[in-house]
Amino acid sequence: MADMQKLLKLLGELDDQLVSCMRCGMCQAVCPIYGQTGREADVARGKIALLEGLAKELVKDPAGVQDKVTRCLLCGSCAANCPSGVKALDIFLKARTILTGYMGLSKVKQAIFRGMLTKPKLFNKLLGVAGMFQGLFTTPVNDIIGSSCSKFLAPVLGDRHLMLLAKTPLHSEVPSLDTPAGKSGLKVAFFPGCLADKIFPRVGHAVLKVLKHHGVGVYMPEGQACCGIPALSSGDRESYDKLVRANLEVFAKGNFDYLVTPCATCTSTMKKIWPMMAEGMSKAEQETIKALSAKIMDVNAFVVDKLGLTAPQAAEGAQTVTVHDPCHLKKSLGVSAQPRTVLSMNTGCKIVEMNASDACCGCGGSFTLQHADISAKIGKQKRDNIAATGAKVVATGCPACMLQISDMLSRSGDRIAVKHPMEIYAESL
Amino acid sequence: MNDALLKDFQALVGKENVMESEADTFSYAYDAAVLDPVVPGLVVRPTTREELGKVVKLCNDNALPITVRGSGTNLSGGTIPSKGGVVILTNALNKIIEINEADLYAVVEPGVITAKFAAEVAARGLFYPPDPGSQAVSTLGGNVAENAGGLRGLKYGVTKDYVMGVNFFDVDGEIVKSGSRTVKCVTGLNLAGLMVGSEGTLGVFETITLKLTPPPLAAKALMAIFDDVNKASETVAAIIAAKIVPATLEFMDNFTIRTVEDFAHAGLPVDAQALLLIEVDGHPGQVADEAEKVEAICKKLGATRIQVAKDAAERNKVWEARRAALSALARVSPTTVLEDATVPRSKIPAMMHALSGIASKYKLTIGTFGHAGDGNLHPTILTDRRNTEEWHRVEAAIDEIFEVALGLGGTLSGEHGIGLAKSKYMEKETSRATILYSRRLKKALDPKGILNPGKIIGE
Ligand SMILES: Cc1cc2nc3c(=O)[nH]c(=O)nc-3n(C[C@H](O)[C@H](O)[C@H](O)COP(=O)(O)OP(=O)(O)OC[C@H]3O[C@@H](n4cnc5c(N)ncnc54)[C@H](O)[C@@H]3O)c2cc1C
Ligand code: SF4
Ligand code: SF4
Repeated sequence: MADMQKLLKLLGELDDQLVSCMRCGMCQAVCPIYGQTGREADVARGKIALLEGLAKELVKDPAGVQDKVTRCLLCGSCAANCPSGVKALDIFLKARTILTGYMGLSKVKQAIFRGMLTKPKLFNKLLGVAGMFQGLFTTPVNDIIGSSCSKFLAPVLGDRHLMLLAKTPLHSEVPSLDTPAGKSGLKVAFFPGCLADKIFPRVGHAVLKVLKHHGVGVYMPEGQACCGIPALSSGDRESYDKLVRANLEVFAKGNFDYLVTPCATCTSTMKKIWPMMAEGMSKAEQETIKALSAKIMDVNAFVVDKLGLTAPQAAEGAQTVTVHDPCHLKKSLGVSAQPRTVLSMNTGCKIVEMNASDACCGCGGSFTLQHADISAKIGKQKRDNIAATGAKVVATGCPACMLQISDMLSRSGDRIAVKHPMEIYAESL
Repeated sequence: MNDALLKDFQALVGKENVMESEADTFSYAYDAAVLDPVVPGLVVRPTTREELGKVVKLCNDNALPITVRGSGTNLSGGTIPSKGGVVILTNALNKIIEINEADLYAVVEPGVITAKFAAEVAARGLFYPPDPGSQAVSTLGGNVAENAGGLRGLKYGVTKDYVMGVNFFDVDGEIVKSGSRTVKCVTGLNLAGLMVGSEGTLGVFETITLKLTPPPLAAKALMAIFDDVNKASETVAAIIAAKIVPATLEFMDNFTIRTVEDFAHAGLPVDAQALLLIEVDGHPGQVADEAEKVEAICKKLGATRIQVAKDAAERNKVWEARRAALSALARVSPTTVLEDATVPRSKIPAMMHALSGIASKYKLTIGTFGHAGDGNLHPTILTDRRNTEEWHRVEAAIDEIFEVALGLGGTLSGEHGIGLAKSKYMEKETSRATILYSRRLKKALDPKGILNPGKIIGE
């Protein structure tokens, strides 16, 4: 274990941010975890108080604080509603790296992040092999959603309904692209993100189809790495930096107007967290990150705001679609109208809004693995709101939300398809 | 806490509802007041009212101090526990037991969230008026124990005006019943009245019976801008003198206006010295009539601009500016001290004058907004608690604010409660005899002194 003085010093550097919390408690109204547990240490106010307590040596147990701080979906609901403008997500991410630095990273996570995730080629290969064998251990359960369950993996995964690795990931079918701008006059770099590459390549294909339809040039380099958020949220700064650098390198070679992703989490990570966490990097890298992050856009926002898509008159199609607003899209980037515009481009659809469409689905990356019970309870509320609309399809602009929602719907035996808005639009082209 | 006792608590409420780790207990060491944290020894979260009573008894049997906690949003230290004491959470006791549309009352558990209750009542076509700024998170138990007010206080009153009855546990965990479901009730002492504003020092609420009313059919909001604070307060007096009681009559000073404008870009004139936000409600005919009269009064008394909200969207805009006040101020500096001194309505200009004097005397930034109709202003001191020297000046300024408010015939707290923060000023406003009488009362009801010790009347 590293030394306590260093921990205190690093936490001390967070002090200016911590002190802006006035303990008003208004974050209790929006925190999905607090909503389930009613425990103060689960809400932003409690986490911030604990970090402050630790920094001031009023709290002596860093492990206890780490445990509380990581009971968090990083959904940003607290920050989006904080009257005092506390940057809770910045605080939590930085605190995670500080505390992991002190406590050390678990062996399992070391193996996953340092052994695989930071080596994109190896990672792809390993998952390719896993993809070949997964069928042996799993049984399909819901043909509309495409989910499976697994008795064999139950000790690890519980009673989850899984979305399996795709037979052919996007990068196998489309290893790279570099096409010139067409009639739109625009060219984008395309970052599918891990999930749209490996589990939902259909989303990646849909995006490429839409971009092509609108005459947008695409730069999609080989060797893209994960955006880094899984490593960072586990406090593994070393792996996170590696992943960011790998991406900076592959995208440095392209020439493009915007960088688009179909994953809300990747977008908000690259646009907001990369610059925020750039402090420790070289000046040149900081400049590159600043320039790149300015170009990063959610793909829905890109097609609506930059290509000027406007939905035809209120769509009254037969296909009823309800929309889930991912936290990382609406609360973090303020994007909520655009996905609705995108899917109503498909005139066969009709939007039926659900109750609390912007309530978190409960995924939160590895939170769903570490705190499966709370995650499932939050997810169940989302499922109930979706089911209550009677819609045939639920659309959401984040593959991580798609995973969680697929699991939740499938467990309840619902026959509701889970799609990305770009898929729905692409179906009409 | 010894192991045997810990097991007793666990046996009462279940292991999962007893928290004793450092990280858990530390997160109940504070509330929304700017005070030092005090760490309790144990936190228990009863999930039934029966368990709540048993927990109270167990604490009393073992002479353990109790602090009942709703959402911990009070601004006076009312939920800062005793060192090593027991915090009892009410947030699992969140059932609305009954909403009676025929007899216009509701019975609730103490942990029901205010805004959820108000929404549920509204869904039945009825109205629960008390609307503290914290209503999205505050509990009804906390509202009753603090006698919380809100924006609608002027016309509709505060929480106490809606409490028909409170059933509560005494220190032995026995249920004491007070009040009733009838409009009239003179059975016994007014113990429900004693519970209102008691801040957890006299009993632990089990259920609360609240009065409901039919909602107003219409409402109209307007914003009036003044180049002089005196003109604004004369306007307030003139509106009341014209026998009009607006549902809301809110005030913002120049500093608050500028800060809100910076933050929310609501189109407020940054050179205005004062701003009044006024809403009248009731029958549509009456609303139209009163809104016209209010507008005329504002004009007559020198408002430089009057903006009448034409529709719901515009009305919302007017209130957004008010709702943004605390958020905007809170962002200016790390520490926000929200004061609550209240003066008779007619003394607002004198109070404002004194506040600006205090701000310059102690070299502090104070933004003032609040409920002008009630004389309940919130001078908000923007500071940084880490700056010890400045913090001393803040403390001195607070002392002086209270002195001025009392000198003007006002009170220490309009709605935020006394708690720990203001108990030392109590004698100044009341008398030695008042404190002693209250202490004797408490001593008789709570011989071991376990109920939220130190709050309101000191120890
Ligand atoms: C942003 C903000 C805005 C606010 N705006 C207003 C406002 O407009 N008007 C206003 O009046 N206040 C306001 N407040 C103050 C505060 O929200 C109120 O005092 C509220 O009533 C507290 O409710 P709570 O559930 O958080 O109670 P807590 O803070 O948890 O407790 C308050 C007191 O009630 C006692 N208590 C709670 N439950 C019980 C029970 N079951 N039995 C016995 N005692 C009990 C506690 O021991 C404590 O003394 C505001 C606070 C904030 C942070
Ligand atoms: S809402 Fe913001 S300021 Fe208030 S307690 Fe939560 S984090 Fe702190
Ligand atoms: S980020 Fe989400 S889960 Fe985490 S504390 Fe904030 S609201 Fe709660």
